[in-house]
Parts: sequence; structure tokens; C-alpha cells
Amino acid sequence: MRLRQIFLFATLSGPLLLCGACGIQPWVKPYERDRLADPIMAWDRDAISNAYLDHIRESREGSRGATGGAGGGCGCN
Amino acid sequence: MLRTSTLLKRCAMAAIVVASTAFAASGDASGAAPAFTLTTLGGQPSGLSAYKGQVVMVNFWATWCGPCQQEMPLLDQMYKKYKPAGFTLIGVNVDKEAPAVKELLTRKPVSFPVLLDPANQVSKAYHVDEMPSSVIIDRKGQIRYIHRGYKPGDENDYQDRIRQLIRE
Amino acid sequence: MAHRHIFARAALLAALLLIRSTIADVLPDNRADVFYSKYSGGGMDITGYSATARAKITENFAVEANYFVDKVSGASVDVLSQASVIKDTRKQKSGTLEYLHDKTTYTASYMSSVERDYISDTASFSLSQSMFGDLTTITLGFANTHNKVGDNGGTANKPDITWVGHALTRAYSGGVSQIITKNFIAGVNLQVITDAGYLANPYREIRYLDPTKAIGYTLASQVYPDTHTSTAVQVQAKYYLPYRAAVTGLYRYYNDTWGVVGNTYELDYTHPIANEWIFEGRVRYYKQGAATFYSDLFPFALSQNFTARDQNLAALDNTTVGAKVTYAFLPDGWKVFKRGTVTGDVSRIRFNYRDFRDIRDFGVASVPAYSPGAEPLYKFSATVYQLYVSMYF
Repeated sequence: MRLRQIFLFATLSGPLLLCGACGIQPWVKPYERDRLADPIMAWDRDAISNAYLDHIRESREGSRGATGGAGGGCGCN
Repeated sequence: MLRTSTLLKRCAMAAIVVASTAFAASGDASGAAPAFTLTTLGGQPSGLSAYKGQVVMVNFWATWCGPCQQEMPLLDQMYKKYKPAGFTLIGVNVDKEAPAVKELLTRKPVSFPVLLDPANQVSKAYHVDEMPSSVIIDRKGQIRYIHRGYKPGDENDYQDRIRQLIRE
Repeated sequence: MAHRHIFARAALLAALLLIRSTIADVLPDNRADVFYSKYSGGGMDITGYSATARAKITENFAVEANYFVDKVSGASVDVLSQASVIKDTRKQKSGTLEYLHDKTTYTASYMSSVERDYISDTASFSLSQSMFGDLTTITLGFANTHNKVGDNGGTANKPDITWVGHALTRAYSGGVSQIITKNFIAGVNLQVITDAGYLANPYREIRYLDPTKAIGYTLASQVYPDTHTSTAVQVQAKYYLPYRAAVTGLYRYYNDTWGVVGNTYELDYTHPIANEWIFEGRVRYYKQGAATFYSDLFPFALSQNFTARDQNLAALDNTTVGAKVTYAFLPDGWKVFKRGTVTGDVSRIRFNYRDFRDIRDFGVASVPAYSPGAEPLYKFSATVYQLYVSMYF
């Protein structure tokens, strides 16, 4: 339980500390995001289909959770 | 020892605090607008110097940027409206390859000049940190305002600034 | 006594436990999908139909609604062992609200799933924050599910439902996604789920050795703990190949308080052609160890406090090979539609159990071909078909 909490805190706080303390500037500029904005680089291009496959797996396996992804894309606005 | 749920809530709040301080909003700016020379889609060289003495808006856009596509027709209307009063809009495209730009502009043409910046030299010079970005430059060549991003309604903001600078 | 096996019960929350995909600076495009699916394997046939629509009400506010119907028929290995056929329909509805403010997306959802012997309601909330020049996205989520579990003592056509218990599930999730280079994005997700209440499948039973019976064993009810906590961590990465393609890798580690440890490995390759076609191939390998209180054959009655013979808790592995093709029949839009695509997706999954045996009788006149514990280990293959049309507007 304790290990899990440490892991969670590190995962979530890592980037916060990185950008805050060192004054590092974002190294991929907004005008360099053409490839990341390509639909083939989306984590969930078809969310309904991915949810359905997850549902099939969870009904047959003993594991569950932590699927999906966020972020990426064009970073516009 | 913290419950996982409490820990997650605290991380959420921390994330929002840090993130909100880091967000750069649109606002007044200053400094001489860096000169540049780029080519049009037709291969002709052109740059900022061609529009000396006019109020210029440099709009950085890309074919893969949704909000950029959204504002293009409105920018076109604005260009046509204020051009007689000494205003120019330059669309600086940041795509790495020209064919996609040509294809898009054939389907959805605009009347303002579009220059290509595939090496991103001009984007770097203008410190573009959001897509789209619009830099408004006065008649003396000074940067007066930088607008970051685009949300419907922002075109009113553009027009207010442009009118103000035209009257100067 | 006839017992039934119901497919598709354990993971009604899949759609909401999934860390919701967001691109935190612009709400995704409006989209409507009509979806057909078919699962065929292990004696079961499940057909699903679904319709989904999402639309932006303003630039900052979007809504999504989904309706899903599953029809199950057939008889799985448990049921064949205990001689009965099942037929059931599940209806699922969900609604989601999304609100974007600066770089934060807030999402709230509600889902309800109803079968005649299982009712589930989930409310969930999540928050996604884009930061550090939009290179980093942090997501946090919480979901609360209430399940009502029933047991059909009648037949498929003449049901007789007894409600046997309730369960409450809480899921806490966190994720970080980081753009590493202009070609490379990676992420890590963590999800902790706790359940309490009636957690067993009432249709599955254990067996214990019983020399007084002709078949050598007696069936009895499973006894599950009334709490369960699990942790899953998934790391994933996507890389853009210079000729325009994407390769994705992911690894997930799972463990829980029931002693199940699961490892998932998946590799995907996406290859577009021009503006119209996208081809995708996937390979997935999953391996799990059995729950501590699981056994295919217990030595005698009441040998342990907790007993289970649910194949989901057995030591198993499965391999999936899948292919997906998307064709844009409206690549550049038409009238109000920006794009229209049709997608076909086929997956073939091979399941192998290391400690769950296939106890269907192969012998003559109910004298089984094998003595208890010597039956062949169960294995089966399933094929999953999906076909959907997506309109973007």
C-alpha cells in the first residue's frame, strides 16, 4: 500500500517538480507538433471499439484497470 | 498514512495550481518585429518589409491545427474589410511539407498572402508558443499585441486592436 | 439443478474505468458512430449493437450519449458441464458531460447496465490537465459503481430471479502522459479499485472430490471474500515512423488482494495509406496466476474458508492477434460532415488454462471419460468482429 502511494505521488509530481524547479523550457514547440497531431498518433482513435475490447478482456481475465491514454495531439489553444 | 483517495485529490489540486501559473495568456507585447523573408506557395519571395508603413497581423497556422482552420475564414473577412485602410494579414504556415498546404488552400482559398516557413525560422524568431498565434505589428514595425490560441469570438478582439492601430 | 453462465458480467465498468482519452486544449470533434460487434467462442455467441453521438454545445462544453445492447446465447464450458443453455439481453446506457476551461478538461459520466439478473450503475468524474507547454497531461479520475447481483433459478425462456446480493466498487485512477520528442509520446497509468459486497458469480460452482458419487466429485457454491482491492499499472509509448506510420507498445502489471497477478504485453502497428485508408495490426499476450482461493478440484467439502472455481481466477494465458481496417468513404467531407469512415476489426484470441479443466462428459451413459482431476486442461479460441461507421461533423 505504501509503495503504491509513493509510486503514485512520484508519477504525478515528477513533471511538476521538473518544470517548476529547473526553469526548463518545453522542448517540443507548438509548431513542431504536426506528427503528434496526426490521428494515427492518438491513444484512442476509436474509443468505443477500445472500450468494447477492454470489456471482453475484463470479462474473461482476472485483471482490470489502468487502460486508456490522454494527451498528445496538436496542443492547440 | 494518507488514504490513496486523499493523496490523489491533493495531487490534483497541486497540478492545477502549478499548471495555472504556467499558462501564458494573450496580451500586450513590445519590441521590434523581426524582419523575415519567406516564399509564397508560388515560389515568390516575400516578407515583412513589403508591408512597411502598414498595420500587419502575422498569423502562424498549420493544416493540422483545428482552431487555425476555424479562424481562417474570419481572418479572410477581416483582411478584406481593413485592407483599404492600410492593413495586411500575412499567414505564415508552419507545415513541413507544401503539398498539404496547397491542397487545403485549393479547397478553401484565402485572399491574404500565405508564406511558407517549413524550417520554422520565423516561428522561432517570434517565439511562437501556442498554435495558432497572431502577432499584431504597428505602422512603425513594433510588435504591439500577441494573441495566443483561437476561440470563437476572438476575432472581435483582433478587430478592436487593428482599428486602434489603424487610427494611430 | 440447472446452472447458467453469464458472459459479460464482470466488467460493465470497462468504459468508465478506462482513463478517458483527452487532448486537453480543444474538445474533440463532433462524432456519431453506429457499431456492430460479435463475439464467438467457447460455445458462446454474443452480438452487440451500439449507437454513440458526441457534440459540442459551445466551444467549451460537450455532451456524449451511448446506447449498447448485447445479446448472449449459447452455453459456455461451465454450462455444458452442468447441462444448460443461456440466452440473455443486456442494455447499457451512458451519458457524459465534458467541460474545457483553459488547459483543464472536466468530465462527468453516468452509466447504467441492466440484464435480468444483474444491474449496475456507475457515476464517474475525471479531470485532465495539460501543462508544461502542452507536453505533459495529468489525469485523475474517480468512479463509483453499485451492482445488484441475481441468480436465475428458472430457465432461459422462463426466468425466476432471486436477488442474492449487492456490491460497491470504487476506482481511483491517475495518469501522466508526456511528449518526449516530436515523434514520441509515452504515458503511465495507475488504477486502484476496491470492491465490497457480493463479489462472486452465482452461476459458477466449485467441485470437491467425493468418492460416493459416480462422477467422483460434488458441486458446491463458491465462497468469496467480501472485499477485493486491486492495483494496475500500465506503461505505454507511441512512436511515429518517418514514412508515416505509428507503433505502440504497452505493458500492464496487475495484482490484487486475492493473489491474482497479471501481466499484459501489447504491440500495435498503424499504417495509413493516402487520406483514405488506415491499417492496424495488434498482438497481445496476457498471462495470469490463479487466485489464492482458486482450485479446479478441492480435496473435500469446506476445505478452505474461501473457495472459487471461476475460470476468470484460474492460472491462464491468452494470445490475441487482431487486424483493423478503416476506410474513409468521405475523406474530405460532404455538406455538414467533415469526414466519414467505415471500420472493420477482427481479433482472434486463444485462451489456455493451466489449472482449469474441461469437465464436459465425453464418456458413455454419464460415465465420464476421465477421473476427477485428470480431465484435459481447458482451452478455446474466440473471434471478435467489429464493424462501425463513424461520421465526424
